[in-house]
Amino acid sequence: MSQTTPRPGLRPGTGPASQNEITAEIEAIEADAAARVAAGGSPELQPRRDYAPYRSSVLRHPTHELVRVDPEEVERFSPAFGHTDVNPLESNLTIAHTGEPIGERMTVSGRVLDGEGRPVRHQLIEVWQANAGGRYVHKRDQHPAPLDPNFTGVGRAITGDNGEYSFTTIKPGPYPWKNHINAWRPAHIHFSLFGNAFTQRLITQMYFPGDPLFALDPIYQSIADAEARARLVGQYDHSLSVPEFSLGYRWDIVLTGPKSTWMESEGADE
Amino acid sequence: MSEPETAQIPALQTPSQTIGPFYGFALPYAGGPELVPGYHPRAIRFHGTVTDGDGEPILDALLEIWQADENGALSRELGSLDRDGFTFTGFGRCATTIAGNYTFTTLRPGAAGSAAPYILVTVFARGVTHHLFTRAYFAEDSALHATDVVLSAVPVDRRHTLICVSEGVVGGAESYRFDIRLQGENETVFLDFDA
Repeated sequence: MSQTTPRPGLRPGTGPASQNEITAEIEAIEADAAARVAAGGSPELQPRRDYAPYRSSVLRHPTHELVRVDPEEVERFSPAFGHTDVNPLESNLTIAHTGEPIGERMTVSGRVLDGEGRPVRHQLIEVWQANAGGRYVHKRDQHPAPLDPNFTGVGRAITGDNGEYSFTTIKPGPYPWKNHINAWRPAHIHFSLFGNAFTQRLITQMYFPGDPLFALDPIYQSIADAEARARLVGQYDHSLSVPEFSLGYRWDIVLTGPKSTWMESEGADE
Repeated sequence: MSEPETAQIPALQTPSQTIGPFYGFALPYAGGPELVPGYHPRAIRFHGTVTDGDGEPILDALLEIWQADENGALSRELGSLDRDGFTFTGFGRCATTIAGNYTFTTLRPGAAGSAAPYILVTVFARGVTHHLFTRAYFAEDSALHATDVVLSAVPVDRRHTLICVSEGVVGGAESYRFDIRLQGENETVFLDFDA
């Protein structure tokens, strides 16, 4: 299985790094990003592709600059998804098995919007996550935390007329990984989203407020701008909590655009 | 390093994060790589290998393709996730194998708009912090390549990375190889859509 794990410490350095070394690299890059903003540059809204503290990025980022082009017709459209593609029960991750999963039952709800704040309607959202013990149902995940026979950790939904979505699940646990010595991922839920144009495609992760692992995690920190990465943190919203049942989190997602957004012909968005 | 509690500022884009290594139980689905069944009379094989900066195969990449149909039209049909075997939706998804290979069964696209025909390819993988877009063009359409806006924007010596290698009929279908090199020699051209 050696090929399935990152090659820790391959570059830079020789062996697996300590957390202090990784943290120092993270802080140096954040200082560099802040200096660029201070010098009049734009804040970095997206993660750096070449982000050495996240060792797996070292050999997996292009060294040439991306070629900037205008989207054409193919990129201005997106696949059509609909309720015939996704069963509404798939938005409840706690009912996939005969018993209740172990963990803190929660809902995560919000809206998917484009860059002008308009709802992204009737598009596909997919989520996946670890269980309450921080273990994924994935054969390459060898973290020795228990699997939960009542939890797979996969959900799908189609956004509503106002771009809204809601998943019922259990709160995922943090888990160790092999980026460096004593590396731990903050608890997160993976989200995959489609917009009205393929240029809006997004895969990202939602985090939970106040996680002490944020400052230590090179994936979260790969977005060098603190305000930008804070957009990945869901908010606890007591009005979304259900008495005697579940805790509520709110997380709105904003896709790029809308310069290239293809509008439904009957869509009367002005 | 203090973290702002939350900053849900509308209209500021939500940043990307890597797909990570553990999507395999979530995103791939039955029929994902088969935009048409293999027995379709004009089915083509669209395949290749995804490699890293050391030339090593990437066994945990996820590729998505999105394309026009044979007439250059973008499908508005539902059913990409739950295929009926007859409706062409233009979307496909395929995880790479332990050898870093992928294979889609699809149709050669027609020209949509003024661009030469191509398949839009999106690459996700552990270590890829933000997905990468590229386009796969076909040598058969070379007459249209000279005027294609995107190919024209690419340095001449890198253009070949966007054109499939025609392998002729293999196993009953026209086969096109489109290798994706994330880094290093013959690095694939990746596109940033000004969106």
